[in-house]
Amino acid sequence: MNIRELIDVLQGKMLVQNHDPDEEMPLGGAADLMSDVLAFGSEGMALLTGLTNPQVVRTAEMAGINVIVIVRDKTPPPETIDLARDSGITLIRTGYTMYEACGRLYKAGLPGRGLVKIQNDSW
Amino acid sequence: MSNQEITKVQELIYTTRVESVMAANVVVIDPSMTVSQVKDLMRDRRISGAPVVSDNQIIGIVTISDVIRLMEEGKLNSPITEVMTTEVRTVLKDAMVSEVINNVGRQGFSRLPVVDHDGSLVGIVTTGTLIRSLLLQMDKSFQKNEAEKLYTYRASHIFQDISSDDTSLMLRYVVNERDFDNAGKASSMIKRSLQRLVVRPQIVRRVGVAVYEAEMNLVIHTDIGGEIIVEVRKDRVNIATVDHGPGIEDLKRVLQPGFSTAPEWIRDMGFGAGMGLANIKRVSDVMKLTSAYGQGTRLEIVFNFGPESLALKTDSQKA
Ligand SMILES: Nc1ncnc2c1ncn2[C@@H]1O[C@H](COP(=O)(O)OP(=O)(O)OP(=O)(O)O)[C@@H](O)[C@H]1O
Ligand SMILES: [Mg+2]
Repeated sequence: MNIRELIDVLQGKMLVQNHDPDEEMPLGGAADLMSDVLAFGSEGMALLTGLTNPQVVRTAEMAGINVIVIVRDKTPPPETIDLARDSGITLIRTGYTMYEACGRLYKAGLPGRGLVKIQNDSW
Repeated sequence: MSNQEITKVQELIYTTRVESVMAANVVVIDPSMTVSQVKDLMRDRRISGAPVVSDNQIIGIVTISDVIRLMEEGKLNSPITEVMTTEVRTVLKDAMVSEVINNVGRQGFSRLPVVDHDGSLVGIVTTGTLIRSLLLQMDKSFQKNEAEKLYTYRASHIFQDISSDDTSLMLRYVVNERDFDNAGKASSMIKRSLQRLVVRPQIVRRVGVAVYEAEMNLVIHTDIGGEIIVEVRKDRVNIATVDHGPGIEDLKRVLQPGFSTAPEWIRDMGFGAGMGLANIKRVSDVMKLTSAYGQGTRLEIVFNFGPESLALKTDSQKA
């Protein structure tokens, strides 16, 4: 799925564009916990989140994520927009809830990571 | 134009605000003017069109072809308000340039007055101002790309250019407690530096994840911030985060995934899952956490570049 199709499926709005609308995303993921993003995030993934603070952008940047979708039609603060612009992240907003946004994308063919191995807690 | 350049133009069109491509000092036509006076104004100011403005509100627009037509019709003395075009298409100053392109290109307008939210005139975009500023921005981004290539070239040769038995590069970053505005900046700089040193992308990514978790721990859990020290060597990168309080009471417990002492407001920001140290452990080759309760904490992380993945340009390239 490319960015244009993602926006279409989510009836989304582009807030910051740093990528070609034809750019393909290999998979999608959703999280409201930064450590989750860092744990399962991968290069080029589309991240759906309910958070809007600038840390989301930083976290995505560190995880190599290009595209962030903010769900439930929340408006991110200007600092988040500015940081996204500067760090090369594409920011999109959708009116769907997290559940429905994920469902629509998955149904439209954007895969997830599959089964994630349970954390090994032997230190 | 190559494909890549077309993409850059598209990107600019969709990300640049009208405000930054407009001319701000607009020549305007006063409603009291006649066609003849408008003709003189256009000649003197070398413009081919202007909005008619009353009380800072746009009430009409006149272009040079209107004036030529009116001259042919012998209407030089008509009041401009009687002959101007009253349906004026405008664009909001914080709209994207793509909107201008749609109007200017497809609908045949060659200029659009720019207004702010209360409808008052703040500038004008013409095909000329548009092309000039897009070219300027393309040039800037081209120069930025070139500069990045140069930095990468210079940085990646540092281990070659300097001779010693064993060279390493030390980078230090200060991290302040609770400074969420700057939280993550150090990690971002470290990531960029390693990219310029041409460390393999997979390793850069792992370092990025670990150092960001470590930086956030300094921001979130310390009393007086701390320091991140990165040592880049030919075969590995060593990272240490050091702080002076409060220290950790029970090391075993904090290493358990899911354990966190983060307060509610930190959790609201998406941190405090208790997964940070576990993430660091998972992505790194060696991780060591030491702490003296009441004094401070030290976290050491090592990433090996591996035998076949000699990521830095080293003496193998020496003549
Ligand atoms: N530099 C430090 N000084 C004092 N305590 C620390 C420090 N780093 C970590 N800790 C303690 O270790 C706990 C676990 O850290 P960890 O990074 O695994 O999770 P977290 O920071 O609470 O949540 P997350 O990283 O998922 O956002 C923290 O809650 C905190 O109590
Ligand atoms: Mg943490």
